[in-house]
Amino acid sequence: MTLQHFMKEAISPWMRDEGPDSDIVLSSRIRLARNFSDISFPLAGNKEKLQEIRQFFQNKYEHESFQDYEDFALLSMEDLTAVEKRVLVEKHLISPHLAKNQHAGAALISQNEQVSIMVNEEDHIRLQLYFPGFQLTEALEKAFELDDWLEEKIDYAFDETRGYLTSCPTNVGTGMRASVMMHLPALAMTKQINRMIPSINQLGLVVRGIYGEGSEARGSIFQISNQITLGITEEDIIGDLRGVVKQLIEHERKARTRLMEQSGKQLEDRIHRSYGVLEHSRIIESKEAAICLSNVRLGIDLGMIEQVSRNILNELVILTQPGFLQQYAEKTLSASERDELRATLIRERLQLEK
Amino acid sequence: MECQDCHKRPATVHFSQSINGNKTEIHVCEVCAKENGYMPYQEEGYGLHHLITDLFNIDSAITGAQGSKQQFKQIQETKCPQCGMGLSEFKRIGKFGCASCYETFSSRLDPIFRRVHSGNTKHFGKIPKRRGGDLRKRKELDAYKEELDRLIKEEAFEEAAEVRDKIKALKGGSETGEKE
Repeated sequence: MTLQHFMKEAISPWMRDEGPDSDIVLSSRIRLARNFSDISFPLAGNKEKLQEIRQFFQNKYEHESFQDYEDFALLSMEDLTAVEKRVLVEKHLISPHLAKNQHAGAALISQNEQVSIMVNEEDHIRLQLYFPGFQLTEALEKAFELDDWLEEKIDYAFDETRGYLTSCPTNVGTGMRASVMMHLPALAMTKQINRMIPSINQLGLVVRGIYGEGSEARGSIFQISNQITLGITEEDIIGDLRGVVKQLIEHERKARTRLMEQSGKQLEDRIHRSYGVLEHSRIIESKEAAICLSNVRLGIDLGMIEQVSRNILNELVILTQPGFLQQYAEKTLSASERDELRATLIRERLQLEK
Repeated sequence: MECQDCHKRPATVHFSQSINGNKTEIHVCEVCAKENGYMPYQEEGYGLHHLITDLFNIDSAITGAQGSKQQFKQIQETKCPQCGMGLSEFKRIGKFGCASCYETFSSRLDPIFRRVHSGNTKHFGKIPKRRGGDLRKRKELDAYKEELDRLIKEEAFEEAAEVRDKIKALKGGSETGEKE
């Protein structure tokens, strides 16, 4: 059962490896938007043509492998339940837009879940690739190779002046969105991040919450990505983003040290209280869970909590999302039932660490 | 201070732009600011489709004279031959229906791109391997030529000779394979 494979575990196989700077950078992602040259984009395309595109992906790429990305599975959106789609969104394997999608939407996902090629999202093709930790350059290189692999069989919509043509004017040119997921608890606690965001924006980069556009930064997890896709090369976009991420890492590390020096006891108290809440609560809302998980993760990074593995933040943040909880319970849950199950799962997960 | 763009109206919009660390001061009149896409682009509560709608409306306001109304109407009725998207629909949803829309609405796109992409209207970046074969080669040649000029200026003749050979090889071989 291919679908079960993606549903069972909250944490994707690639997340098990720790990348560079993984105390602060959770993951790096490259997304490329591409379209077939002679078929209208999904929003204007006729159903049959879009079906043909999906059929094409099924015929040409299902069960194919490319380098480390093995045995691509094709999931058609209309075969999935609402909860299953939600789980895929929570694992960042598909976008909310694709989950809502009307016609012939699908996702082609590699077994290690590092690559997901969304079919008939806003564009015909949205290729996305994840790397653990801070590895933008590596991710770009691999994304380009995957892009070339697809291009062997597909005529892309491309224009000499405008570059890769996309449905939305905000993606035209490179069609690339590079983003980095960062855990910045010290910068968030000291509110320094609020002062830094405007200057990051000035560089054409955006700071968002964990679930992309419009989402708030829960549990001090921030997503930094490029806004501009036209008139600048992919390498330069990555260069700018890398520069900012490097600075954020440095500032976060400094802020952590300063917090330890100036209010070490208070910080230790906060971290252990959060740990206590996670270990003992019977009802917990997602917001509180996110804050406590962030604090515990900080405690692990600072060496205050030793018995818990670092990966717990990545895992529990996803595991405690509404979709995943309902997938686990195998039924629809009310908000209060979810809060209960969330508390139970977190308790049990922490028990496993002992 | 007069507008640095039209040199007619007084400059009423002043700001400095910083793209990748290069700061430039800009003083223009409101009309030119809007025309050039210099007015600030707010993300929240102001969607892309508003932006695009506004840009078109400004268009008609600027060319407000009676004669141009006719022209505006004509443009408004333009429909994309491939997907059938009309200008009014494009304005409403702020998204293209197909690749051909870029040609259909091409005369209208620069201000939009400029505003969304920090003043840029042209692509610099990856070129598809198969489809962009020719373009790829041309861009590669341009890059080598620039390098050659630089090397000659620096009097690094040995390296320059190497680059010159690469250019020769690229120009000579019409075969599609990679250089070297």
